Amino acid sequence: MSDVAERVKKIVVEHLGVEESKVTENASFIDDLGADSLDTVELVMAFEEEFSVEIPDDAAEKILTVKDAIDFITKNS
Amino acid sequence: MFDLSGKTALVTGASGAIGGAIAKALHAQGATVGLHGTRKEALDALAAELGERVHVLPANLGDPAAVEQLAKDAEAALGSIDILVNNAGVTKDGLVLRMKDEDWATVLDVNLTAAFRLSRAAVKGQMKRRWGRIINITSVVGVTGNPGQVNYAASKAGMIGMSKALAQEVASRNITVNCIAPGFISSAMTDVLSDDQKAKLNGGIPAGRMGEAVEIAAAAVYLASTEAAYVTGQTLHVNGGMAMI
Repeated sequence: MSDVAERVKKIVVEHLGVEESKVTENASFIDDLGADSLDTVELVMAFEEEFSVEIPDDAAEKILTVKDAIDFITKNS
Repeated sequence: MFDLSGKTALVTGASGAIGGAIAKALHAQGATVGLHGTRKEALDALAAELGERVHVLPANLGDPAAVEQLAKDAEAALGSIDILVNNAGVTKDGLVLRMKDEDWATVLDVNLTAAFRLSRAAVKGQMKRRWGRIINITSVVGVTGNPGQVNYAASKAGMIGMSKALAQEVASRNITVNCIAPGFISSAMTDVLSDDQKAKLNGGIPAGRMGEAVEIAAAAVYLASTEAAYVTGQTLHVNGGMAMI
C-alpha cells in the first residue's frame, strides 16, 4: 500500500471514528462510513492540511470514496 | 451554573463598554479571555484589572488580512477559541441621501464581514473539538430599523441571518450560534446624546431607563454556558421592553 493511501486511511479513521478494517479503498464516506456532509468537508480540509494540496470545491464534490481521495492526492501533490 | 473554567473566549471590541463588560463577566466565570480592540491602552488597562487568564489582541477589523491574523493570534495565545463574541461595531450614521459608499462599506466590513471571517476561523477548531459558542452582538435596530442608520441596521440584520444559517450548519457538532440584541445601553455611543434626547429615548422604553453593559454581559454568560447547549439560532433581546419580538 502506498504511503498516501496509508495516510488517507489514517485521517479517515481518526475523523470518522470508524474501524480501520472498514476503510477499504472502495468505501464511500457517506454510504459506508457514516459521514454526513459536514464530515466530508472536514475530511477534505484535513487532506489539504496533511498533504499541503488545495482541493477546489468542484474536485471535492467528486471525492466520494477513499480511493477518490487517494487518486486526487497522488495526482496533485 | 454557568461555569466556564477551562474555556477560552475571544471578545472583539473589548475596549468598549459592552465588550469590556462581556470580557469581564466571562473571565469571572473562569474563562481565559482574549481582548480584541483598537485602543491598546484601554485593553491593557482592562487586562491589568483582570490579572491572570487574559491576553491583549489589538487588530483593525476593517482589514481582511488583520482579521485572519487576529484569529491566528487568538488561537496561538489562548490555545483555542471555544467562545467567540463578535461584539465590535462601528457607526457611520447619516440619512441615506447623504450616505457615502465608504460609510456603507466601513460599517458592513467591520460589523458583519469581520464577524463572518472570525466565525469561519473559529468554527474550524470548534468542529474538531465538538464544542463551541458563537455569540454575535447585534442590535434592536437590526430588527426594527432606525432612520439615519441604513448601514448599521443592515449590518446588524445581516448578523442575525448569518447566525441562523451558521447555527444550522454546525448544530450537530455541539456548536451554538446566537445573537444578543441590546436596546439602548449606556456607553460611549449614547453618552453623546443630550439630556433631552435621553429623556425622549427613555420615554419609549417601558423599563424607563437605558440598559447597563453588565445586563448584556449576563446574557452572554448564559449563551456561552454549557447549560445553554439547546439554544441556537436565536436572538435574545435585552432592551427593557422597547421592542417585543
